[in-house]
Amino acid sequence: MRVLFKTNHLIDIRWFEDRSVAFWYALLAIALLGAPWVMSTYLVGEASLVLIWAIGGVGMMLLVGFTGQVSLGHAAFVGIGAYAHGFLLKIGMPMLLSLPLAGTIAAAVGIAVGVPALRMHGIYLAIASLSMAAIVEQVFVRWESVTGGFSGYAMPPPTMFGYSFDAAVPFYYLCLALAAALFAFAVNLLRAPTGRAWIAVRDSEIAAQSMGIAVARAKVSAFGISAFYCGIMGALFGHKVGFLTPESFSPLLSIQLLMLVLIGGLGSIHGAVFGALFIVLLPTGLAFARDWLPDWLANQPSLEVGLYGLLLAMFVLFEPAGINGWWQKIKYFFSIFPMYKRSTFVRQKAYMKTERLR
Amino acid sequence: MTFFAVSGLGMSFGGNKVVDDVSFEVREREVFSLIGPNGAGKTTIFNLISRIYDPTEGSLVFRDQDITALRPHKIARLGIARTFQNIELFENATLLRNLLVGRHVHTDSTLFADGLFTNGVREAELHHREKVEDVIDFLDLQRYRDKPIRDLPYGVRKVAEIARALCMEPSLILLDEPSSGLNPEETEDLAFWIHDIKTLRGITVLLVEHDMRLVSDVSDRVLAINTGRMLAMGSPSEVLNHPEVARAYLGS
Repeated sequence: MRVLFKTNHLIDIRWFEDRSVAFWYALLAIALLGAPWVMSTYLVGEASLVLIWAIGGVGMMLLVGFTGQVSLGHAAFVGIGAYAHGFLLKIGMPMLLSLPLAGTIAAAVGIAVGVPALRMHGIYLAIASLSMAAIVEQVFVRWESVTGGFSGYAMPPPTMFGYSFDAAVPFYYLCLALAAALFAFAVNLLRAPTGRAWIAVRDSEIAAQSMGIAVARAKVSAFGISAFYCGIMGALFGHKVGFLTPESFSPLLSIQLLMLVLIGGLGSIHGAVFGALFIVLLPTGLAFARDWLPDWLANQPSLEVGLYGLLLAMFVLFEPAGINGWWQKIKYFFSIFPMYKRSTFVRQKAYMKTERLR
Repeated sequence: MTFFAVSGLGMSFGGNKVVDDVSFEVREREVFSLIGPNGAGKTTIFNLISRIYDPTEGSLVFRDQDITALRPHKIARLGIARTFQNIELFENATLLRNLLVGRHVHTDSTLFADGLFTNGVREAELHHREKVEDVIDFLDLQRYRDKPIRDLPYGVRKVAEIARALCMEPSLILLDEPSSGLNPEETEDLAFWIHDIKTLRGITVLLVEHDMRLVSDVSDRVLAINTGRMLAMGSPSEVLNHPEVARAYLGS
């Protein structure tokens, strides 16, 4: 068992609290950088997909997990990012500019939608964002000069500095670099006043405003940032899929993004990564499992969607902290071995909150 | 200069007048207590001051500035901090992070600077932590520093709320029933702290409280209200021995 003896404030502020944590992350970084050498092309593609999902997942996590605002419409921002990026590439803008611009356009739409929508709470906000996504999907279908309508168009290949990132391995490194940068940005936000303001809004809006936090502004900034992340996700997703059609950005994608953060574990950046792994590996795992399942079950249409629902319900019931909760428990088990007891993670009932002023 | 004044304050919910023509003035560096039976309108007055409710009548003045129509988060920036009767801490964050939120009024970094965690942000963070540490020391909260609020006992949460308000370095602090749910020993500590908040930190305290011993121990002046109306104002002994006040509490 390790005890961290804190001798100065930087220990709380810095990314890695001590050397051993830094060591494990360094090992992870080496593993991620070296992965293409040992993995097949197919697996490298899957790994890029995990990274792409994780980028959007971190954005969703900032909004849902840290600011407490539930959105069922983030597929719209993924779509906006993808189409904006594709359009800008087609008119000849270099990728180095069009990628951040695509994210910024998604963020701008997010802020424009967020200003009125974030006056709503909980389920109402979810419904408002869902209808927003439905409208945006229609725009993708109708605005043929930009989106190509139903038939869509092929995404131009990713090229930067005259170097093509089209092949699986270079594309993986591109995703890895972007994911690392965007994760770092998110972690920085969370250890700075912005992130604390978000967490404050999540836990008690009334106290947050009494602490001088402009609640509306905090919510809109979280919405904008999450839209930015989803926009970048969309741009990379477009390259990965290679072809943009409006169906790719259906409500199912919004639900998957929400599932990602719920199953990954609300309120942790790790959770976004675990959630991304889950979302990408579930269909793959299911494809393998089909060979083993009895016929009547294996050939069931939309088995995947049903399984999503079942797993979500199971997680909410038995492990509200998601996959990250497992991770925390496993880590704790080894750090205090052999003294682990289940009750450590059993929470006492929260004190009743009487009338919340709203 | 008027430090803090409430004049002709009135508030009705529908046709129900819960605060009716309440006026008082709080002088700098005093402990001013509001007492009254349940439902007298004390917490409503607090919520009016921190602008959670809009008063239907009257005005609020802080340091010669009319704050009757300011937005709630602006109130905090002016230097008015508050605690809540029902504890409104950020439950899933550690005590330290809760207190750092109290420093929010002293932050001015942009989202972009925060995301890049520039040197300026880092310096500011270190400075905030020094200030927070000072408050942790003052209220003896060292051993709870890194615990999430949801794991803390009720009494400690009460103190944590006061700590968070102190981290704002306010000039006026509103304490809404700080002793409710505390045991006698904790209440005694609280009396010392309120005294120290006034004398050592130079913060004016506006207190809503039911524990009359605490009120008479720490208050410079007391205002008793009942059904939204003022009953008596003056020194603790004057007000607590006032026949109207006794009748309001005990019935005739």
